[in-house]
Amino acid sequence: MATTRAPAVLVEGLHKRYGDKRAVDGLDLRVEHGEIVAVLGPNGAGKTTTVETLEGFRRADSGHVRVLGEDPARAGRAWRSRLGVVLQDNHDLAEVTVGEVVRHVAGFYPAPRDPDQVIDAVGLREKVSTRTRALSGGQRRRLDVALGVVGDPELLFLDEPTTGFDPQARHDFWDLVESVRAQGTTILLTTHYLEEAERLADRVVVVAHGHVVAEGAPADLGGRGARRARVRWTVDGVRHEEATDTPTALVARLAAQVGRPDGEVPGLQVLRPTLEDVYLGLIGGTGTDAHEEAAR
Amino acid sequence: MTTTTGTTDPRTAPGARPTAPALPGLARLAWSRTTYEVVGFFRERDAVVFVFAYPILMLAIFAAAFGSDSEVLPGSGVYFPQYFLPGMVATGVMLSSFQNLAISIAAERDDGTLKRLRSTPLPPTAYFLGKTGQVLLTAGVQTALLLVVAAVVFDVPLPTDAGRWWTFAWVFALGTAAGAVCGVAYSSVPRSGRSASPVVIPVVLVLQFVSGVFFRFDELPTWMQQLASVFPLKWVAQGMRSVFLPDEARALEPAGTWQHGATAAVLAAWFVAALVVGVRTFRWRRRDDG
Repeated sequence: MATTRAPAVLVEGLHKRYGDKRAVDGLDLRVEHGEIVAVLGPNGAGKTTTVETLEGFRRADSGHVRVLGEDPARAGRAWRSRLGVVLQDNHDLAEVTVGEVVRHVAGFYPAPRDPDQVIDAVGLREKVSTRTRALSGGQRRRLDVALGVVGDPELLFLDEPTTGFDPQARHDFWDLVESVRAQGTTILLTTHYLEEAERLADRVVVVAHGHVVAEGAPADLGGRGARRARVRWTVDGVRHEEATDTPTALVARLAAQVGRPDGEVPGLQVLRPTLEDVYLGLIGGTGTDAHEEAAR
Repeated sequence: MTTTTGTTDPRTAPGARPTAPALPGLARLAWSRTTYEVVGFFRERDAVVFVFAYPILMLAIFAAAFGSDSEVLPGSGVYFPQYFLPGMVATGVMLSSFQNLAISIAAERDDGTLKRLRSTPLPPTAYFLGKTGQVLLTAGVQTALLLVVAAVVFDVPLPTDAGRWWTFAWVFALGTAAGAVCGVAYSSVPRSGRSASPVVIPVVLVLQFVSGVFFRFDELPTWMQQLASVFPLKWVAQGMRSVFLPDEARALEPAGTWQHGATAAVLAAWFVAALVVGVRTFRWRRRDDG
C-alpha cells in the first residue's frame, strides 16, 4: 500500500519474554492513519504486552517499533501529547468529580479538546459533578475514554475496553468509539470479543501465542477456504458433507440427483462458518510446535 | 491544523503536525497538580481528621498524663505541654510528609493512578512538585492548628523573636523535604496499596518512641539515643525544642547544645540520599505488572 505518510504504528519482529514465557514472539503489526485496527486474541496471547510496548510502558527484547514515527522507549512529552491511552484496569480517581478530572487532564496537553464537549460526547453530562467513586463500570470506562481523547490524540489505544460490560453497555460503548473515529482518530483496539472486532474494526489482526496468525477485514478473515460453505444431506440414512464455494449450484445438483419426487433433499443443511468458527479455527490451529519452528 | 501547504512535503516530517503548539509549562502543571492533590486530600475526610487531630490529641494526652502544671525540671518554668509541643510538631511534620506520601503513592501505584499519569505528557517533575505542594500545605495547616491549640488551651508560650522563628522555618522546611523524599522512596517497599499502612505505620511509631517525641529524650537509654540519631525525626524534634523551649533547656539535651549544624547536616543528608534512592527505584507500575 502506497502512502505518503509513515504508518501510525509499525511493528516488525517484536519479541518479549518474561522468564521462560515468550509473551510476544515475532509479532508484526501495521496501522495506517485513520484506520481502526483490532488486535484480537485469547487471554495471554500477548495483546496487552504488545500494546504496552507501543505505549512506552515496556521495552521490547528485540524488534523494530515505531509509533507516530518515534521509538516509544525513547519518545518524550511531545510524542505522548499526540497519543491517547485507555488502559486495561484502572480503579483510580476516587474523590474527584468527572468534570474536575477531565479539565485537569486536558491541562496536560498543548491543544486539548474542550472538556465540556468531550464530557457530552461520552455521555457523562449528567455525571459531571459526580465523584468518580460513584460511577458504574460502564460510566468509568466512558470517563477513561474521555481522558484518552481530551488531548485530541492522533492515535488512541483502547486495551480491552468493554471487558465485563453487559450487552447494552457494550453497544453504547461501540457507538462512542465510532464517534471518536468519525473525528479522524486512528484507533488500535485490543479485545477478546470477536463481535467487538467485527463491529468496530476496518482490519482485524488475530494474535495467538505471541504472534499474528491471521489478518484482514473482518469479512475476509481466514481467507476464502475458511469461509467455504458446508452442505450436508442424507442418502439412505448416510450423511454426506461437502465444502463448496458454490453452494447454490451444489444444492440444485443434489435436488436433481437425490431429491425426492417433491424436490426436497433429505436432511439438507447449508452451513456458513461464522466469524467465530473461523476465529476458533485460527487460534486453535496454531500448534505450539509450529510456532516454535517459526521462531527459530 | 493538519492542512499542509503545497510546498511542504509531508514525507520530510512523517506524522508531524505542521504547527505543533507548545506543551504547557512546568510551573502551570505543578500548580495544577498541587490544587488537584489538595482537593483530593481534603475530600478524604477521615484521613484529614486523623492527620490534623493526631498531634493535637497526643499533646493533650501527654499533657494530661504528666500534668499540665508540673514542671519538667523543678524551677525551670517549663511545663510538660511546652516540653512536648516540639515533639508533636515534629511528629506532625513526619505524618504529613513521610507517612502521607509513603502510603498515598503506594496506593496510587496500586490503583493505576501513576500508570495513567505516565501515559499522558505530564512531566514526572510536575507530579512530584504537586505532591510537595500538597505536603507543604497540609503540614503548614496542621502545625498552625497545633500551635494555636497549644497556646490557647495549654498556655504554652510561643516564641516572639525573629531568630527562633527563622530556626522554626528552616527546620520545618528541611524536615518536611527530607520526610517527603523518604516517603517517595519508601513507597516502593509495600507490595500493594493494601499493605501500605501496615508497612509504613510501624516505622513511624517506632521512630516516634525512640526519637523522644513521647518521652524526655535525655531519659532514654544511650543506645536508643544513638539509634534515633541516625534518623531524621530526632533531629526535627530537637530543632523544634530549640525553637519552643528556653535556652536553659539545652541542659536537657544529651549534647548540652541545640546542635543546629548537625541538625541541618543530617536532614540534608537524608534529603539527598532519599532523593537519589527514590529516583533510581521509583516505579510507575505495580510490581506484578511486568
